[in-house]
Amino acid sequence: MQVLLDELPFFLELLLAGLLVGMMYALVALGFVVIYKASQAINFAQGEFVMFGGFLVAASMRYHGLSLVPAMAVGFGAMVVIGLLLERLVLRPLIGRGVIAIIMATIGLASILKGLLLLIWGPLSVDIPLPISEAPVEFFSLLVKLITVVGAIISLVFLAGFSFLFLRSRLGIALRAVADNQTVAQAMGIDVRHYFALTWVTAGVVATIGGILWGNMIGADVHTALIGLKVFPVVILGGLTSVPGAVLGGLIVGAAENVAAGYIDPFVGGGTKDFVPYILMIFALMVRPYGFFGEEVIERV
Amino acid sequence: MINRECGVFYSTYAADMRLFPLPLTRWATAGIAVLFFVIYPLVANDYFLNIANFVFIAAVGAIGLNLLVGYTGQISIGHGAFIAVGAYAGAIAVTRAGMPFWIGLPFGGLVAAAVGAFFGIPSLRIKGLYLAIATLAAQFIIQWLIIHIEWISGGAEATISVPKAAIGPWVLDTQVEQYFLNLVVVSLAIVFALNLVRSPVGRAFIAIRDRDVAAEIIGVHLFRYKLLAFAVSSFYAGVTGVLYAHFLGIANYEQFDISASIDFLAMIIIGGLGSILGSILGAMFITVLPMVLRVMVEGVGTVILFLVPSANVSYIVQSLTSIKLILFGLLIIVFLIVEPEGLNKLWRNIRDYFRVWPYSY
Repeated sequence: MQVLLDELPFFLELLLAGLLVGMMYALVALGFVVIYKASQAINFAQGEFVMFGGFLVAASMRYHGLSLVPAMAVGFGAMVVIGLLLERLVLRPLIGRGVIAIIMATIGLASILKGLLLLIWGPLSVDIPLPISEAPVEFFSLLVKLITVVGAIISLVFLAGFSFLFLRSRLGIALRAVADNQTVAQAMGIDVRHYFALTWVTAGVVATIGGILWGNMIGADVHTALIGLKVFPVVILGGLTSVPGAVLGGLIVGAAENVAAGYIDPFVGGGTKDFVPYILMIFALMVRPYGFFGEEVIERV
Repeated sequence: MINRECGVFYSTYAADMRLFPLPLTRWATAGIAVLFFVIYPLVANDYFLNIANFVFIAAVGAIGLNLLVGYTGQISIGHGAFIAVGAYAGAIAVTRAGMPFWIGLPFGGLVAAAVGAFFGIPSLRIKGLYLAIATLAAQFIIQWLIIHIEWISGGAEATISVPKAAIGPWVLDTQVEQYFLNLVVVSLAIVFALNLVRSPVGRAFIAIRDRDVAAEIIGVHLFRYKLLAFAVSSFYAGVTGVLYAHFLGIANYEQFDISASIDFLAMIIIGGLGSILGSILGAMFITVLPMVLRVMVEGVGTVILFLVPSANVSYIVQSLTSIKLILFGLLIIVFLIVEPEGLNKLWRNIRDYFRVWPYSY
């Protein structure tokens, strides 16, 4: 019993840090869910959106001397343009072509974004200076990094905001109508293309915010895109079409990977963090493929 | 004028069911065989033989992936991992268990087939995007297992040195000898695949791809055939891995990570889903692309240096990786939008044009 109590602070610290990071994963997953909810399009490039948006902000601050807010405007602006161009040039011709076409198109986009970043700014990592201190903060005698707390709070605000948006606002209702049945939505006077573009732009903006937070935590460079790979376990656990599900999935993945890494890493020499979310995901796919809050897809013959 | 079927009548069932029933296709196939078995190795130097070796090995992998994705409709982003399994299995068989190469090759394929069938089990319950994500998970899990299980990976760098392929006392270490080895293997792979898709098994695959609910109703045992598709595809992947390991001299997981999976997917999409010829064309395209790109970029650099002698062209050469990434993504998107059925469709357009030329009206 005493052993358990001695272990408790270590475990709680891992758990708390994991939960906070999990909220930040949920923020990245939010972009993914928004796109999928409206257009059933899978965005394999979400990680690259995070990378590109975050890096634009980082480069504007470091190389061009802008302060935080103008740099954020630059980042947002660029992602808006990319989202609009993407929807117009790539996704519209691919409507109705099936899942694999969209997957491959976004994989191609991911490759292009990565190449562009390397071409323009090179492979060096850039720091994003935020007015948040680096010193750990004490919370009930557990140490956490302040940036993760700020990140979690910002994520929570956005996730709650989008939940509310989807449920109550006209915009949200229109998006849900488009998700349910495009043809009928158009018959009701909803401009589907306008809303698709909106979802991609939103995903880009949300990704940029995530990119700024992650860039502050781990530095902005090409590898930030790996966050995008963590998105899949999060949305599978939570449900591809659910914003609260993204929160739940993010919390579970974040907590599980951090706790597992803390205990298992010394035995296997690292890398558990990349492995555990996928094990969770395989279990989820076997048992409950649509996630906790996702809609079950009923196939009609 | 070149109407292939004109005047060709079959008098036996055997003649009708041949793999290449038309005399024109038989002559063409014989010509291609002569080209690759006789002419190319005579005229090509080591550099071009090297390229051909890479193309042949990639073609085996691409055919395997196309059998799974193009013919059975099961999306898989884990192909790189199955290739890695084959590479390590073959490497362990040859270096540690002392098996000769010609046993190690099918052994690597069988191990990869078993692993592939295991990771195909989710296909019973999930399909489409969810299956794609499950195979993505397979990619990462297999990669992690290879790196972290010392018995497999042989140490911290997870690299196994593999000697060149040897058949009996004859060691295949020159480019020409390896060229013939890879050519024989890829020829067998192509013939097997061509026959597989004409057989009842192949028809079951296609039925599953087109309408799996209807396929089940007419008696196609879905789970068995989906697992079989994963197994066959992974067997091809395993063979690809063993060939890579022996050709490059090492088995290392870094060559077979997610970007390899994406490369093979690009090969079959650009080449054409559901087509063996498409897989080969796609493999040629993607394998040769980086080399062509390097030549082009260096050419551009030389031209700029010629016009403006003081220009800093090292920047252009350094950005080769990024240009390759951009071009790769652009090509995938362009092919998806402009020619969704890939290079195979382009070839068919040409062939069908000449089928009735000059009387195309």
